[in-house]
Amino acid sequence: MPIVTDTGFVPDDSPALVALEDIAVGGEGIALDMPLDADPEVVAPHFNRIGLIVIPFPSFADGRGFSLAQRLRALGYRGTLRANGHVITDQYPFARFCGFDEVQIDDALATRQPEDLWLAAKDRPVPPFLKRKAQAWVA
Amino acid sequence: MYRYDEFDHDYVRARVAEFRDQTQRRMDGALTEDEYKPLRLQNGLYLQLHAYMLRVAVPYGTLSSRQMRTLAMIAERWDEGYGHFTTRQNIQYNWTKLTDVGDILDALADVEMHAIQTSGNCIRNVTADHFAGAAADEIEDPRPTAELIRQWSTAHPEFAFLPRKFKVAVTGSPNDRAVTKAHDIGLRMLRDADGNPGYEVIVGGGLGRTPMIGKVIRDFLPKADLLPYLEAILRVYNLHGRRDNKYKARIKILVHETGIEDMRASVEAEFERQMREEGGPVVLADPKQVERIEAYFAPPAFADLPAKSDALDAAMASDPALAAWVATNTSEHRANGYSIVTVAIKGTGEAPGDATTAQMRALADLGERYSHDELRISHEQNVILPHVKRDDLPAVYAALQKAELASANAGLITDIIACPGLDYCALATARSIPVAQDLSERFAEPARAKAIGNFTIKISGCINACGHHHVGHVGILGLEKSGIENYQITLGGDHTETMAVGERAGPGMSAAEVGPAIERLVDAYLERRSNDDERFIDTYRRLGAEPFKDALYAA
Repeated sequence: MPIVTDTGFVPDDSPALVALEDIAVGGEGIALDMPLDADPEVVAPHFNRIGLIVIPFPSFADGRGFSLAQRLRALGYRGTLRANGHVITDQYPFARFCGFDEVQIDDALATRQPEDLWLAAKDRPVPPFLKRKAQAWVA
Repeated sequence: MYRYDEFDHDYVRARVAEFRDQTQRRMDGALTEDEYKPLRLQNGLYLQLHAYMLRVAVPYGTLSSRQMRTLAMIAERWDEGYGHFTTRQNIQYNWTKLTDVGDILDALADVEMHAIQTSGNCIRNVTADHFAGAAADEIEDPRPTAELIRQWSTAHPEFAFLPRKFKVAVTGSPNDRAVTKAHDIGLRMLRDADGNPGYEVIVGGGLGRTPMIGKVIRDFLPKADLLPYLEAILRVYNLHGRRDNKYKARIKILVHETGIEDMRASVEAEFERQMREEGGPVVLADPKQVERIEAYFAPPAFADLPAKSDALDAAMASDPALAAWVATNTSEHRANGYSIVTVAIKGTGEAPGDATTAQMRALADLGERYSHDELRISHEQNVILPHVKRDDLPAVYAALQKAELASANAGLITDIIACPGLDYCALATARSIPVAQDLSERFAEPARAKAIGNFTIKISGCINACGHHHVGHVGILGLEKSGIENYQITLGGDHTETMAVGERAGPGMSAAEVGPAIERLVDAYLERRSNDDERFIDTYRRLGAEPFKDALYAA
């Protein structure tokens, strides 16, 4: 189950995931298993204790995770954000724009879409709206 | 008209290269068919009954003569010599070869066009009033707004995998020619009490198998707040729209099941969250870019003309056919001495919206010579010449006659909307085009069509309602019953600002029965109308459905 980052595949050495209902238990630097239908505001008070939030992608066609990631970032979450499941290389730039740091895929998908395809995905076309925004920020 | 900047140019080219690469990865097996399909669809490529269909975006229906010539060239070189203008202001090529798609997309990019997001579960090509920038009744040109939405929604990283497709329409006029109440989001430009520009925001309209009239979610949204507000609606929809059943996945179902009050509360909360962000919402458009867009839509330099054209009046006096065409196919322009011309792509016995290569070129020539190099595609599947001097109308009419595009039927009973139906579409359950052809022949006599007056017939070949049958004065829905085409009739629909969903008249009928039934219906209307100016829809509203149901089923 490799983890895809901007520099390629890295092994998974993250701590065991904590379920949302157990979030108040645990100590510092916990890894949260974030359900797709959970309200990010419920998690916000715990942000300083969370080192990793994992958002599931049951299917690449289910785009809820993109909005959930965006909301978590907008609420001020600064820890690692990971998409886990069925994400394809074409979606990697979208995931990064929405605030994900990395993507975890299963071995079968990693075989079908190997590391070089994920590295190439970084160079996929950037939407003009975002480019213009970036330019406006620099100016 | 909008002109691409370096970012638009680079992006459209890069998308062509990306699509070639995606297709190659499908061949290699890196992408499964399921994974490739939405990528293909978001580049405008459908798999139809007999071939691939490529749907090319005509953003908010506006194009130049040069762009129209490229559309003609594509039809000639890579299709069978014609294209199909759709109810979403796009053009479809029905006989596309997969191996040609990259070259076609490159040819489109040469003239600042593309097929991006004309399909798939994403924010689709934005539509707008086809009389934009020309209509006498306009408050403000809706196209800068539509262009801003195009830029914001193109490859929006968060909204490329929505529960279902998402359509936005914009009108700048109180007379709604953009069917805003039948869209996922409809925007009506208006002014508040102090004269500040903004929008009425309508959400959750749609046709399809569950027709719903959109509901107002915000009475007045200041213009500058548009993108954060759209972003809020899309975010709520992306997170909460149903994904368990594709027939219940549109935002209209979410609005219906949640209720407009709760939906409004969720959207406003999401909007407020963005407005509180440090430095303002991330999605706010760069004001310089907004100015740049608006400058491109500045009105052309209209000549200072008298309202009355003596040349036209003289020509009409000696040519009744010209006079009839001017009466039906021109609309009031904001500038004195100009008219908006509607070119009916609805010749007798022809498929609505189908234009040949020669017709497209003739239209391009007319646009260049007589209409400030501008053309529009309407959701009624017609082509508009938005800025024509009334002095030039006789010459335009003569040229249209030569191109077999001079049908004087805009808004009349033969100005029929029809989807491609079972002749082309993989989803269709019945044919639409032959029914439209039959009706256009039955009412072909110009004097009769004129006597009937404004009368809309809209035909869909399946429950997905691409032919907008729910909002036709008469709607015809083609279904399949034990292997035989069967047509249901609805009455009383309306696609304008007084939008109404038509009511089913009774049991379905065979294809052969539709024509005679509609003729009886029309006769019943002519007998019962209070005067020659009372439209069918008004008579229907005054008398109710009964006399018309009786007429339909009298045989």
